[in-house]
Amino acid sequence: MRRRNRTRLIRTVQYGVLVAAVLAFALAADWGELRRAFFDLGVARAQFPEVVVTALVNTVVYTMIGFGFGLALGLLLALMRLSRVPPYRWLAVGYIEFFRGIPALLVFIALGFGVPLAFQVSINQYVTVMLALGLVGAAYMAETIRAGIQAVPKGQTEAARSLGMSQSRAMVSIVIPQAFRIVLPPLANELILLTKDSSLVYLLGLSMDQYELTKFGRDALNQHHSLTPILIAGLFYLALTLPLGHLVRRLEARTARAR
Amino acid sequence: MNRNENDGGGAPEDGGRRGDGGVPEHGAGTSAAIEVTGLHKSFGDLEVLKGIDITVRGGEVVCVIGPSGSGKSTLLRCVNLLEEPTSGTVRVAGFEVTDPEVDIDRVRRRIGMVFQAFNLFPHLTTLGNLTLPQRRVLGRGRAEAEEVARGNLRRVGLTDKESSYPAQLSGGQQQRVAIARALSMGPELMLFDEPTSALDPELVGDVLAVMRRLAQEGMTMLVVTHEMSFAREVADRVVFMDAGAIVEEGPPEQVVGEPQQARTRAFLARVLDPAAADVLEQEPG
Ligand SMILES: Nc1ncnc2c1ncn2[C@@H]1O[C@H](COP(=O)(O)OP(=O)(O)O)[C@@H](O)[C@H]1O
Ligand SMILES: [Mg+2]
Repeated sequence: MRRRNRTRLIRTVQYGVLVAAVLAFALAADWGELRRAFFDLGVARAQFPEVVVTALVNTVVYTMIGFGFGLALGLLLALMRLSRVPPYRWLAVGYIEFFRGIPALLVFIALGFGVPLAFQVSINQYVTVMLALGLVGAAYMAETIRAGIQAVPKGQTEAARSLGMSQSRAMVSIVIPQAFRIVLPPLANELILLTKDSSLVYLLGLSMDQYELTKFGRDALNQHHSLTPILIAGLFYLALTLPLGHLVRRLEARTARAR
Repeated sequence: MNRNENDGGGAPEDGGRRGDGGVPEHGAGTSAAIEVTGLHKSFGDLEVLKGIDITVRGGEVVCVIGPSGSGKSTLLRCVNLLEEPTSGTVRVAGFEVTDPEVDIDRVRRRIGMVFQAFNLFPHLTTLGNLTLPQRRVLGRGRAEAEEVARGNLRRVGLTDKESSYPAQLSGGQQQRVAIARALSMGPELMLFDEPTSALDPELVGDVLAVMRRLAQEGMTMLVVTHEMSFAREVADRVVFMDAGAIVEEGPPEQVVGEPQQARTRAFLARVLDPAAADVLEQEPG
């Protein structure tokens, strides 16, 4: 009895602190000021439709091309990582360790400014974005895919081989399709990370029609001296990442049930 | 793609009457389908097979029995080179599989293998499990592969399950699909590694019935099993293995009925009547 009373008391105190904090914030905050900064309707209206047709679309495009390239390279690295030829393994391990260990921002700077300056070439912005996002993403996805391939039971390969399939045929037709089902949740997670990393594009010199959400919001901030565009950009990121996160949880639940 | 001369053995129509065709009558074969000589296999320091000699003639059914860990699976896996023998030779279907020059993938498609754990491909339907290997390995077209597949599903009594995924099937159904998958490649011989050991007792019968029918049709079979009644009724020969060596070999009425070796007797007592085994094991000799 006494223990239950104590639990109840602790809970009451916790709620009390919460209510006090909310009240203090509500009383102390200057609501008019906050509203002007974050929810300026005029500024908000001025963002449309460009924030959708340009910025949101570009964010999705940058993310997808980075993800597509990263996935292909990640699969290649995973296969190299599992190769029986040691130099391939070393190359893959070296690559993975390198790109996991350096900031993505550095890769963007290297590709966006370093390569064009050093080699006197100009690279298409989309290619730069695809390479920068993909090179980093591939390092993470390679490890995920390798784990997925190794999680496919050995009996699957043995059954395929005993039916006369070659090692590579068994890999392509039997192992990889199953590995991808296993790694779908972590891959969707990687897609969320890449969606957010696509904001690093903002530091490249972009033309207006190449703006993505972050750059677009930053530009509008300068123009209107209001946080509203930033809030809108944030909401659009959430519109992308929250459903993906939901998908990840559903995929994880499905995987858990399949076991 | 190379379509092999006589590889269409999985054609369903003649499925029930293979004995009429080129395949020798049950037990009457003269050519050796499997010929294993002086087979040794070690995993590191552990010597698992200590010189195995075994011959299976075309059309013959040979059952391998023996305690767990005696090397039965390893023997079977050496026949289709899922394990690389340490020494000795293995000849299967006229190929010396231990010869590094031999294209093992071409030999394996002539050898059907059925695993204890079924090993169906979970991402494919029943039909997909049966057609994908035919199409990728034998180069058959979709229509032909599906026709062969349906014929073999009929043979194992699962025509109504062709669009089910393995997870939707019972263990016994999965194992019958696995048998149909192997048959769809038109194999010359079949290896079975404890095909009923992972099944609930009430599902064992269906699988054994399919295997019985295969044997009657003249299929060459090397079967590792603990089903003594199956060995007794279906096998032409029974081989008892213990600790990586063949201890006793002969017709089932002899090896299972009147075993000559004490180790065979002890094993059979344990399998046939677990309660009596303790008594027997304490007896000297
Ligand atoms: N890949 C492997 N690596 C190491 N030891 C193995 C391997 N496969 C089998 N063994 C060992 O070989 C012995 C025989 O195994 P196995 O052929 O599976 O026996 P059985 O099928 O008769 O139960 C066992 O001691 C087992 O642990
Ligand atoms: Mg075994």
